[in-house]
Amino acid sequence: MIVRISGEGQFSIDDAATAELNRLDSELEAAVDRNDEAAFTEALHGLLEQVRARGSALPADTLEPSDLILPPEDASMDEVREMLTEEGLIPG
Amino acid sequence: MGVMKRVSLVFKAKANKALDKMEDPRETLDYSYQRQLELLTKVRRGVADVATSRKRVELQMNQLQQQSNKLEDQARKALGMGREDLARGALERKASAQGQLNDLQAQYAQLQGEEEKLTVASQRLQAKVDAFRTRKETIKATYTAAEAQTRINEAFTGISEEMGDVGMAIQRAEDKTAQMQARAGAIDELMASGALDDAVGGRRDDIQSELDMISASSDVENELSRLKGEIATSAPKQLEGGANGNSQEAQGAQAPQGQAQPASIPAADRPAEPQDGER
Repeated sequence: MIVRISGEGQFSIDDAATAELNRLDSELEAAVDRNDEAAFTEALHGLLEQVRARGSALPADTLEPSDLILPPEDASMDEVREMLTEEGLIPG
Repeated sequence: MGVMKRVSLVFKAKANKALDKMEDPRETLDYSYQRQLELLTKVRRGVADVATSRKRVELQMNQLQQQSNKLEDQARKALGMGREDLARGALERKASAQGQLNDLQAQYAQLQGEEEKLTVASQRLQAKVDAFRTRKETIKATYTAAEAQTRINEAFTGISEEMGDVGMAIQRAEDKTAQMQARAGAIDELMASGALDDAVGGRRDDIQSELDMISASSDVENELSRLKGEIATSAPKQLEGGANGNSQEAQGAQAPQGQAQPASIPAADRPAEPQDGER
């Protein structure tokens, strides 16, 4: 499975790590839903650390699309909300 | 569904929308390659913009540091003269300058971080653009339009995800830089207002002038004789220049009056003043 950390690059991750990533991702989403910036930052950083620790960085010249994409490390909750809309942060 | 999946779906939706617009798949390759080159230029410009802002902050930091040092000097001198009140005033300004300096140091670190991130992003994009160009030529040379479709879609989706990501990184860097520029502008204004000022830049602040008054009185006689010496050698030229300047100003001031008067008097009734009317 390929995971991109936005602004950082792509990582190849063993499928065995998926369950843990999904758990952290649910926390992240819950934090966004209840507007809890502190929990959001904690969940985001936990998620990014997992990806970096368990994944191996893909070479820069691969052209493979990612299965999952994570917000950048310093993203705020508002920015992530914007990333989730098609008119939002991600340019067309 | 989770944030990760939703974000990746937004990226994919954008790529698909762009793909759908293309009638001939080969057109997609060339069009996308053009956009990639444009984006590369844009990232490099972004790096340069952030670097410019960083240098501006650096310049302000230097100015504030100089001012802070100068204010401390003034405080020391004031204390030496037994003027604790002046010393206190100088140290208060120094504290204010130091506060601004700390703020700028944080901004500087942030800009440096953005600059590094964008530099790495531009290198990554460059690697992907090179890979895309190779893939593009292979696809064009080897496959018919129909066969090529799947391969083109793969390459396109891969590169457009990177492009979206880099585009977002530039946008975020620009936003952050704009915020900092606004704050840098505020600090420029603060410095220009004299709130952190000392004797630098043509402005003499009150602390410095009091210090100067105390210490200068003994030097006055020496200064007077030195100035007298200077004036004795350069005075004739300066006087000539001053005289010319004055006579030009005087002419300039008269001209509008000369024009305004005739205009308010009907031509037929005007007394014989031909010179004025023609000027």
